[in-house]
Amino acid sequence: MPIQILMPALSPTMTEGKLAKWRVKEGDSVSSGDILAEIETDKATMELEAADEGIFGKILVPEGTEGVAVNEPIGVILEEGDDAIVVEAVTGVSEPEQEAEEELEEEPEPEREAQRGDGNKAVSEELPSVLTSVSEPNVVPLTNTKSEADGPRIFASPLARRIAQNSDIDLSSITGTGPNGRIVKVDVEKALGGDVGMVGARRPALKATDYSQPSIELPNSTMRKTIARRLLEAKQTVPHFYLTLDCQIDNLVELRQQLNGRDGADYKLSINDFVIKAAALALRQVPEANASWTDTAIRLYENVDISIAVATDGGLITPVLRKADEKGLQQISNEMQDFVSRAREGKLRPEEYQGGGFSISNLGMYGIREFAAIINPPQSCILAVGTATKQPVVRGGAIAIATVMSCTLSCDHRSVDGVVGARFMQVFQSIVEDPLAILL
Amino acid sequence: MAKTSFDAIFLGGGPGGYVGAIRAAQLGLDTAVIEKDKLGGICLNWGCIPTKTLLRTAELYTNIKQAEDFGLQVGEISFDIAKVVERSRRVSRKLNSGVKHLLKKNGVVVFEGQGSLNGKHKVRVTNNGSITADLTSQNVILATGARPRRLPGIEPDGELVWTYKEAMIPKTIPKSLLVIGSGAIGIEFASFYNALGAQVTVVEMLDHVLPLEDREISELARKSFEKKGITIYTGASVSQVKKEKGRVIATLEEEGNTKTLQIERVVLAVGIVGNVEDIGLTNTNIKVDKSHVVTGSYCETGEPGVYAIGDLTGPPWLAHKASHEAVICVEKIAGLKDVQPLDSTRIPGCTYSNPQIASVGLTEEAAREAGHEVKVGRFPFAGNGKAMAIGEVEGLVKTVFDTKTGEFLGAHMLGAEVTELIQGYSIAKTLETTEKELLHAVFPHPTLSEMMHEAVLDAYDRAVHI
Repeated sequence: MPIQILMPALSPTMTEGKLAKWRVKEGDSVSSGDILAEIETDKATMELEAADEGIFGKILVPEGTEGVAVNEPIGVILEEGDDAIVVEAVTGVSEPEQEAEEELEEEPEPEREAQRGDGNKAVSEELPSVLTSVSEPNVVPLTNTKSEADGPRIFASPLARRIAQNSDIDLSSITGTGPNGRIVKVDVEKALGGDVGMVGARRPALKATDYSQPSIELPNSTMRKTIARRLLEAKQTVPHFYLTLDCQIDNLVELRQQLNGRDGADYKLSINDFVIKAAALALRQVPEANASWTDTAIRLYENVDISIAVATDGGLITPVLRKADEKGLQQISNEMQDFVSRAREGKLRPEEYQGGGFSISNLGMYGIREFAAIINPPQSCILAVGTATKQPVVRGGAIAIATVMSCTLSCDHRSVDGVVGARFMQVFQSIVEDPLAILL
Repeated sequence: MAKTSFDAIFLGGGPGGYVGAIRAAQLGLDTAVIEKDKLGGICLNWGCIPTKTLLRTAELYTNIKQAEDFGLQVGEISFDIAKVVERSRRVSRKLNSGVKHLLKKNGVVVFEGQGSLNGKHKVRVTNNGSITADLTSQNVILATGARPRRLPGIEPDGELVWTYKEAMIPKTIPKSLLVIGSGAIGIEFASFYNALGAQVTVVEMLDHVLPLEDREISELARKSFEKKGITIYTGASVSQVKKEKGRVIATLEEEGNTKTLQIERVVLAVGIVGNVEDIGLTNTNIKVDKSHVVTGSYCETGEPGVYAIGDLTGPPWLAHKASHEAVICVEKIAGLKDVQPLDSTRIPGCTYSNPQIASVGLTEEAAREAGHEVKVGRFPFAGNGKAMAIGEVEGLVKTVFDTKTGEFLGAHMLGAEVTELIQGYSIAKTLETTEKELLHAVFPHPTLSEMMHEAVLDAYDRAVHI
C-alpha cells in the first residue's frame, strides 16, 4: 500500500512552508529515519525523516516550491508489492494511513499557574500561546483532516474580504456594521484609516504615479511574516510600559577581564553572558516577572528560561537558554555561541526557540545607548540592553568616571505592575554592579 | 372622541408615507397618515403607475404594427385615446383603494387634509381652511413630496403648456409636442407621444439626454430616439413661448443660435421642487436647501422628533427611495438595532421609454472621476439568443468594476425589459459582491439576463458570445 508523505507542521505557527530541497530521488529505497527532504518553516530549515521503509515512488511537490500548505501531499513511498501505477491512484485520493514522525520531541515545560495573589495554585496545563505552544505533538499525522479547527466564521462581504486581503488586514480584528454585524466595505476602509465620510462618498484618489518612486520588492519570507504578525499582535494587544535604569558596571568589566585573562581559559565571556546570568538570578528573586498573562490567570514559570534575541539575515529569532539561573557563565557562553551560529544557518530546532518566560535583547554591541523592546508574547517582560560607555557620574559628592550601561525593561501591565518591574530592575542592577554575587 | 395622540404621524400618504406608516404599524407604533389628496401620492395616482399604463399601450401598439415580422396578420390598427387614458385612470383607482385597504388593515388612522407642524410634537390638520384635528406625536415624519419645477415665462396653463398631469390625460394626441427637459419623465412622455404618432421635439439644457445616465448609454438612447423620429436638441433651452390659438410658438436657443418652433403642445419636465410650504417649517430648526429638507443618515431633520423622507428631501427623487427611507426612518424610531442607512449608489434608476434604460451605481465617468481605475464590460442585445427570439436586438448592458478591489461599481443598461433586470445588479451591489461572485453565478438560458453575466465576463476579457 503506497504511503503518502504530507507536508508536516513543524511548528505550531506553521500553516505553510517551503519545500527547500528533496534529499531523495524517485526510485531510491528509503528506510525509517532517512532524511527525505528539507523543509523551510517560518523559523528555520528542518529535515523531514522517513518513518517507513520502501521505495520513494514519486515527488508530488517539486523542490523550491513555496507556500506548501500543511498536510498537502508532497510525495509517495511505495511499500513492497506496490505498483508504480498505484501512485496515480494514491495521489488523486485521500487515503493516507501513515504517520511521518518528526524527529523532535519536546518536554512540556514545568510550570505553575497562579491566580493573582495565589502563587501556589498549581495547574498543569500546557501553554496555549503561539510562540511557546508545546501542546501540539510534534508527531504529525499524515491525514488530510485539518490539523486545527477553524476559528469562528467571520461574516464579511466579498468586497470587504477582497479589500482586507489586498491590504493585508485581518478581518477578525474588524467590527462589522453591516446587517447582523457583517463586515462591509466601509468597516475595512475605516480600519485602514481611510477618510470615509458619508456612505458612498469617496475621496478622489491621486494617481498612483504621483507617488511612484524607484523601488524593488523583497517578497516576504515565512519568517518575516511571522515576525510581522507576532510583533503587530504584541504592540496592539499588550499594554506596554517601560522602566529604564543606569547600571555602573566597572566591577563587571573588570571581573570579565580577569576571567577571560586566566591562563588556559578556553572561553571568552561577553558582557551579554553576564547580563543573561544576572537577569536569570534576578528572576529567581522576582519570579512575578517570569510570567504570562492569560484570560483566567497569571501564569508563573517555575524554570528560568530566557529567550535571547538573535539577529539573522532572515530576521529575528529567539533561542531559549533553559534554566539559565542554574548554569555557569561558561556554559551560558558556550550555549549562546552555539545558538547564534546555528540560528544564522537556520538550523535551530523548534524546541530550541519555543517557550521561554523572559526575553533579553542587546544592541549594546552596535553602540545603541538605550532602547525599548517590544514584548515577546505571551511573556510579560523583555529587557533591552544598551551599550556600556564611560560617563561622568556623581559618586560621594564628586564627579567620577564610570562605565554605564542603560537597561530598559518593557512590561505587560496586565500581569506585571510597575513596582514588580522596578524591583526586578533594582535586583538586576545590584547584581551587575556587584557581580561577585554571580559566582555564589 | 377620535384618537388624537400617536407614536408616529406621517405628513403625506405617498410611497414614502404609506409604506412608512405600514412599517410603523408592524412595529407596534400607533400611526396616523395625513393626506390632502389621494393615498398613494403622485407615484400611484399621477406618476409611476399611470405612465407605465400608458407606455404599455404604446409598446403594444408598436409591437402590433410589427406583427408581420412575427408571422402574424393583423388588420388595420388604431387607438381610442379616451379608452387608453381611462385604462390608466382605472389602474390608479384600483391601486389607490388598495392602499386605503392596506392602511386600514394595519390599523393606521388616515386624516384627510393638510398637515403641518404646530409646535413641539404637535401637528394640526386643516381641510378647506378649517382646523379639523389637533394631534400629538413624539415622532413626525414629513413626506409631502414634490411638484414640477416651473420655468419663468413658460407657465403651464393646462391647455397649451402642460405639466405631467395634463400630459397623462390627453383628450387627443397632438400633432406636435415639445418636451422641455430630458430626464426620465420628459423622455417617457416623448416616447409615449412619439409611439402614438405625435411629432416630438425634446429640448435639454445639458449636453446629453438623460443626463444622470452613463454617457455611452445616453448616446445610444439618443440615436435610438432619433431613429424613431424624435427630434432632440441638447445644450439648448426654450427662452420663450408665445401662446396662440391652438398652438405655441417656442423660441429655442442653441449655442447662440435662435430657432422658432411651431407646436401644438408643450410639456414641462424640468425637474421638481419640494413641497416645503404650508407644513409649519417656519420657527423650527429644520433646514431647507433649494426647496428640499436637509436630513441625516436616518432621515432626521434639525428638529428633534421630526423626520423627512422622499422627494421632500435630497435626490434621487424616486418612489422606491422614498419607501426605503420611510422604512429606515421608522425602524430607527422604533429602536430597532442594526438599521442600515441608505447608500445612494445602490438605488436603481429606471426610464420606461422605448428602449428602456436602467442603471445602478456609478457611471463610468463618475467612477473615473472618483479616482477608480476601472474595468468596463459590455454586451450587446444583438449577441443574445433570447433577445433575438423576442425580436429585441437593440440595446446594451454595461458593467463597471474597480480594477484593484473588484468592487462592482455600477451597471448601465438600455433595451427591452432592462427595468426588470436591473434588480439583479442592485442585489449584487447591496451584498457587496466582487466580479468573482458574479462570474460564478449561474444565469438561466435562454434569458435576457445572460447579457448581465456576459457584460461581467467581458469586463474580465472572458465574454463568450461576442
